[in-house]
Amino acid sequence: MLEIKNLWARIEDKEILRGINLTINKGEVHAIMGPNGSGKSTLAQILAGRETYEVTEGSINFKGNDLLDMDPEIRAGEGIFMAFQYPVEIPGVSCTYFLKSALNGIRDHKGQPPLDAMEFLSTIREKMDILGIDQSLINRAVNEGFSGGEKKRNEIFQMQVLNPDLAILDETDSGLDIDALKVVASGVTQFKNPEKSVIVVTHYQRLLDYITPDFIHVLYNGKIVKSGGKELAHKLEDEGYDRIKNEADSLQSAEESTV
Amino acid sequence: MSEILTTEKDNDTEDIVEAYTKQDYKFGFVTDIEMDTAPPGLSEEIIRFISMKKNEPEFLLEWRLNAFKHWQTMEEPEWSNVNYKTVDYQNIIYYAAPKKKQTLDSLDEVDPELIKTYEKLGIPLAEQKRLSGVAVDAVFDSVSVATTFKEKLEEMGIIFCSFSEAVTNHPDLIKKYLGTVVPYRDNFFASLNSAVFTDGSFCYIPKGVKCPMELSTYFRINTAGTGQFERTLIIADEDSEVSYLEGCTAPMRDENQLHAAVVELIAHKNAKIKYSTVQNWYPGDKDGNGGIYNFVTKRGRCEGNNSKISWTQVETGSAITWKYPSVILKGDNSIGEFYSVALTNNMQQADTGTKMVHMGKNTRSNIVSKGISAGKGQNSYRGLVKVLKNASNARNYTQCDSMLLGDRCGAHTFPYIDVGNTTSQVEHEASTSKIGEDQIFYCQQRGISAEDAVSMIVNGFCKEVFKELPMEFAVEAKKLLEVSLEGSVG
Ligand SMILES: Nc1ncnc2c1ncn2[C@@H]1O[C@H](COP(=O)(O)OP(=O)(O)OP(=O)(O)O)[C@@H](O)[C@H]1O
Ligand SMILES: [Mg+2]
Repeated sequence: MLEIKNLWARIEDKEILRGINLTINKGEVHAIMGPNGSGKSTLAQILAGRETYEVTEGSINFKGNDLLDMDPEIRAGEGIFMAFQYPVEIPGVSCTYFLKSALNGIRDHKGQPPLDAMEFLSTIREKMDILGIDQSLINRAVNEGFSGGEKKRNEIFQMQVLNPDLAILDETDSGLDIDALKVVASGVTQFKNPEKSVIVVTHYQRLLDYITPDFIHVLYNGKIVKSGGKELAHKLEDEGYDRIKNEADSLQSAEESTV
Repeated sequence: MSEILTTEKDNDTEDIVEAYTKQDYKFGFVTDIEMDTAPPGLSEEIIRFISMKKNEPEFLLEWRLNAFKHWQTMEEPEWSNVNYKTVDYQNIIYYAAPKKKQTLDSLDEVDPELIKTYEKLGIPLAEQKRLSGVAVDAVFDSVSVATTFKEKLEEMGIIFCSFSEAVTNHPDLIKKYLGTVVPYRDNFFASLNSAVFTDGSFCYIPKGVKCPMELSTYFRINTAGTGQFERTLIIADEDSEVSYLEGCTAPMRDENQLHAAVVELIAHKNAKIKYSTVQNWYPGDKDGNGGIYNFVTKRGRCEGNNSKISWTQVETGSAITWKYPSVILKGDNSIGEFYSVALTNNMQQADTGTKMVHMGKNTRSNIVSKGISAGKGQNSYRGLVKVLKNASNARNYTQCDSMLLGDRCGAHTFPYIDVGNTTSQVEHEASTSKIGEDQIFYCQQRGISAEDAVSMIVNGFCKEVFKELPMEFAVEAKKLLEVSLEGSVG
């Protein structure tokens, strides 16, 4: 599904990603963890096509095509979805209108005819029920005045409606109360199937209790410094990042001294 | 129809004008009824000629002449935040008999850019032809529709006709109301208009009648296109209601560079007037050449108690727009509203806003202004809220938002507040936002192209104004913004 090779990226003259390698197959769930500022959101945004970041080296292959060549809306059409860590407000544009434009944009990319209002409504009705989304919420402007939890729930709702092949969830669990967390987790679980892949960026074990990852990667200083199975999360929760940081730092200085 | 001469002003112009006027006087062109075009230039003789050509009653001629005398003492205003090459008023032809527009044989002869725009706006073929000056079949949809409408209106006692027809058929109403809201002394452009206006629209809604349909210039029979100096007068008598639509979303082909219209609205006791405008005149090319100067005076007076006047406007055209639709709130409990979207792209300049003058008790005014600047467009909001001494408990709420697309454009806000009454309440809120890269990216991530994202965000920004527009107009206005913003991303 996704193959990232030696990805380097920077913003202005600040190096953020320093050689990421990551392969994700169909049906897999990968969790990305790591301390604040390590580059998790940067990686997610680069996958989604944000131009603020400059990719200086490496390649990304998505379903056999060069992802870096595509505009963000083309990537969305090809099946990439990212739930934002900080969803953006769009005043005056209702959620329904926004989502319908998005869905029809993607359908157009796939060569499918646009859905009319009735078809669209029946498509979203079911997903709304699953996520406990109220009609009054989606009549409002996109994310405007939404509580933190409502914003995150709305992201997952959009994911369900747009039905991507690769979903990237950037801290979708942050700011959720325990009930909302369960709702969001079940939304992701329902979405998951052998044809789809998920990248979950998170700081907490608790989401991973509901969405079991196949792999966990620890990002530090723009590099994946450790990968493992789901038990790695428990270890991190107990020990914190100190040990991994220390190991990585000493490795880094060793590398630098050999140069 | 009148038109501007495109020849450069040369040193001899004045001599030529003089020669013309002298010659005309000498040979009595004024009495030459066969002549259907006045020579360029403005003089008392020319005004007499216009008035005579139009068979006007004496009072109107006098009024025009007074306006002209006054205009000669005035200086062109320089205070608005716009720059333009000054107009040579002696180089304009002020009267040309309504002649048929030069017609083309088919749409193939029309500028393909124009056709593209029509198609994007979804304008029907027949209408495309009318707008671009292609000859159309005798039976043309909107004309027959208009005839049916007109009959229905007449049954209800509603008068809706061209200004000239009203002068002929209802001189008493014209005499009673003309210039009562915008006096001929009002400002430079209004004085000029008063002296030389050739036609426009007239509308009278009798007592207790609610006009059952939106009145639009589009459905008015015998419209000969947009006049350079249009005059509109709308009177809503007691307990009546009317919604009036002006303009057209299609870009108008027009040879006249200067447009100086005057619109007067009068609402009697319990009457409501809603006046909606979509203006999309030629803005000039990317460098700003050849666009239309739109200097309009629009004002309404809430004459009676509990009356209401609303202005809603969407302005995307013209090289320069200078326009402040205003309401004088004379009757107690009367309401004035102003909802505006003004978009400037490329080299366009707009200086618009409103004036709300509170005279009666418990009067209320509401102002929502949305300015969008793209390219090198400059957009200014200029608003005056004036509360007079006797206007106890007057209320005003002003919201003035600007949106910038890119960093070469500008938005400016000039609110003036003048309150002479301690029981009144005036609130002003203003915001300026840049269309966010993060907003566009969010839309793109969901599968919406950058261009669609921009128009979606801009439309969202304008929503409070669009919801005031009559349904059909709102749909058109939305499309119009999309087309006007094309190419402004990136
Ligand atoms: N637009 C930007 N301008 C400047 N620096 C940036 C920008 N975006 C990210 N960075 C920097 O890049 C680094 C990585 O940021 P990123 O948001 O990817 O971290 P993160 O791992 O998602 O952190 P968190 O866990 O706090 O969300 C940080 O030091 C951040 O300050
Ligand atoms: Mg982050």
